[in-house]
Amino acid sequence: MTLTTPIPVDEQPFDIRRRRHLGRWISGTIVLGLLALLAYSAATNPRFEWESIGGYLFAPAILNGVIVTLQLTFISMAIGIALGVILAIMRLSPNPVLSWSSAGFVGFFRGTPLLVQLIFWYNLSALYPVISFGIPGVALNANELITPFLAAILGLSLNQAAYMSEIVRAGIISVDRGQREAATAMGLTGGQTMRKVILPQAMRVIIPPTGNELVGMLKATALVSVIAVADLLYSAQIIYARNFDVIPLLIAVSIWYVVLTTILSIGQEFLERHYSRGTVFATASRSGLVRRMFATGRIARLDEGEQR
Amino acid sequence: MTSLVRAVNVEKRFGALHVLKGVNLEVKKGEVVCLVGPSGSGKSTFLRCVNQLEDIDAGLIWIADEPVGFERRGQSLHELSPADAARRRSRIGMVFQHFNLFKHMTVLENLTLAPRIVLRENEAAYLPRARALLEQVGLAEKANSYPAQLSGGQQQRVAIARALCVQPQLMLFDEPTSALDPELVGDVLAVMRDLAQTGMTMIVVTHEIGFARDVADRVAYFHDGQILEIGAARDVIGAPQHERTKSFLASVR
Ligand SMILES: Nc1ncnc2c1ncn2[C@@H]1O[C@H](COP(=O)(O)OP(=O)(O)OP(=O)(O)O)[C@@H](O)[C@H]1O
Ligand SMILES: [Mg+2]
Repeated sequence: MTLTTPIPVDEQPFDIRRRRHLGRWISGTIVLGLLALLAYSAATNPRFEWESIGGYLFAPAILNGVIVTLQLTFISMAIGIALGVILAIMRLSPNPVLSWSSAGFVGFFRGTPLLVQLIFWYNLSALYPVISFGIPGVALNANELITPFLAAILGLSLNQAAYMSEIVRAGIISVDRGQREAATAMGLTGGQTMRKVILPQAMRVIIPPTGNELVGMLKATALVSVIAVADLLYSAQIIYARNFDVIPLLIAVSIWYVVLTTILSIGQEFLERHYSRGTVFATASRSGLVRRMFATGRIARLDEGEQR
Repeated sequence: MTSLVRAVNVEKRFGALHVLKGVNLEVKKGEVVCLVGPSGSGKSTFLRCVNQLEDIDAGLIWIADEPVGFERRGQSLHELSPADAARRRSRIGMVFQHFNLFKHMTVLENLTLAPRIVLRENEAAYLPRARALLEQVGLAEKANSYPAQLSGGQQQRVAIARALCVQPQLMLFDEPTSALDPELVGDVLAVMRDLAQTGMTMIVVTHEIGFARDVADRVAYFHDGQILEIGAARDVIGAPQHERTKSFLASVR
């Protein structure tokens, strides 16, 4: 850009006046008003039974349910990720048998409802009363082997693996072909190239949806209540089946779910930052919430505000 | 005989497309050979075959009297395992048109990756060498930068240093300056010129005819999957014999 008229040297610095965001103020006020009404109604409706919610939050049975829910979430997610990576690599393999069997796995587990899969694993003993893994001399009673907890892990992790494989595959494909080429040319083996070059860069694409999946997994574990695993929801159900205190227990359970998912989201943010090393976005920060809402003053310096 | 590379009747097809139709080329130790020719004539493909990034369909390429992709046992050639093929590649340095630096690693990490996990050297061996190479390409102070923080010319010089860090016996360059802004080309060519002075054997695909004339010992003109004309750089560029070579050189000048 060239200036046609030079700025006079003795001129005062400009006093820049930002627009007042009237629309933001009006819509913000309306929404705040509605929220206040909601809070008022919740606080004054005695049927919410806020005192008993506090008690249920830290009841031993509920705390136990929290632990079971966390165990289910993390174990199933860990297996799901590991299996998902393997499935994604199989899918991209030049070997058609590997590629097609991976596609078949994904198609099957994505194509059937998770609830059905859970009930299926729970009832596996009806299909295979004795499990031998094809090894002579091994004969395990399926009914004893497949506990409800194990059935839950099987259902959740296999289903998750199908979704994770698609996420990982998208991540791998997103890495520029030249990266693999350079790694191969300098003598890295296929496995080394994958571990040292492709996957670390694919992480940037893999982590955000995986974070969503993890939050989804935490909530999906509530489904295992149908196969009598004492997770957070089922623990609450056991209590309210006795005392009919349904709403306070469900609210206590919901509070736990929100707290746990919030913690997971914070962890996700840190991971994303770690894996965006070397990208342009790594150094970008967001502008303040308050400034966006209330930017009304005379901000004279252009290096503040939107430019940040 | 001191020929380091000997390509004999190399053929390569991609499906129905016959890309290399019998390429013959011998490169002596310490020699710099430039490959020039029109787009699509197979120069990159040939270079990739030398480093076994592509398997060839017929013919053989010998490097230091070992057939690329095979192990010689008496009169039979046994296909290498992927791990052995990888080890062979580590003796050849390759520089790409688009640099292909590992974006998630710093400059220094880019240089030391192969020495660390392919050559399995310890830090005392590779770290001084990596730093010396960065010094040599004039980027010592960028050791801890990420590729995205460097200009194209700087990235390509890092890529050259990275390729040299495995102490290769042969360097392959595929249009190393084609993706650069004109004012950055000079720095990269200067590094390559210095490298040629040290006696490194180099095969360079390039459109920089000036570089080819000044630095190359020989120039090969590629056309339609074959080498149509090859000779001393001065002869091929100054007095091409073939009509096609003449018109190609006229078009790139
Ligand atoms: N992996 C591949 N699959 C199919 N065709 C390919 C592949 N790689 C190259 N080709 C084709 O082979 C021919 C030769 O390509 P090559 O890249 O070797 O040409 P080049 O001489 O390097 O050209 P340029 O100067 O444009 O880089 C082209 O027609 C190209 O489309
Ligand atoms: Mg090319």
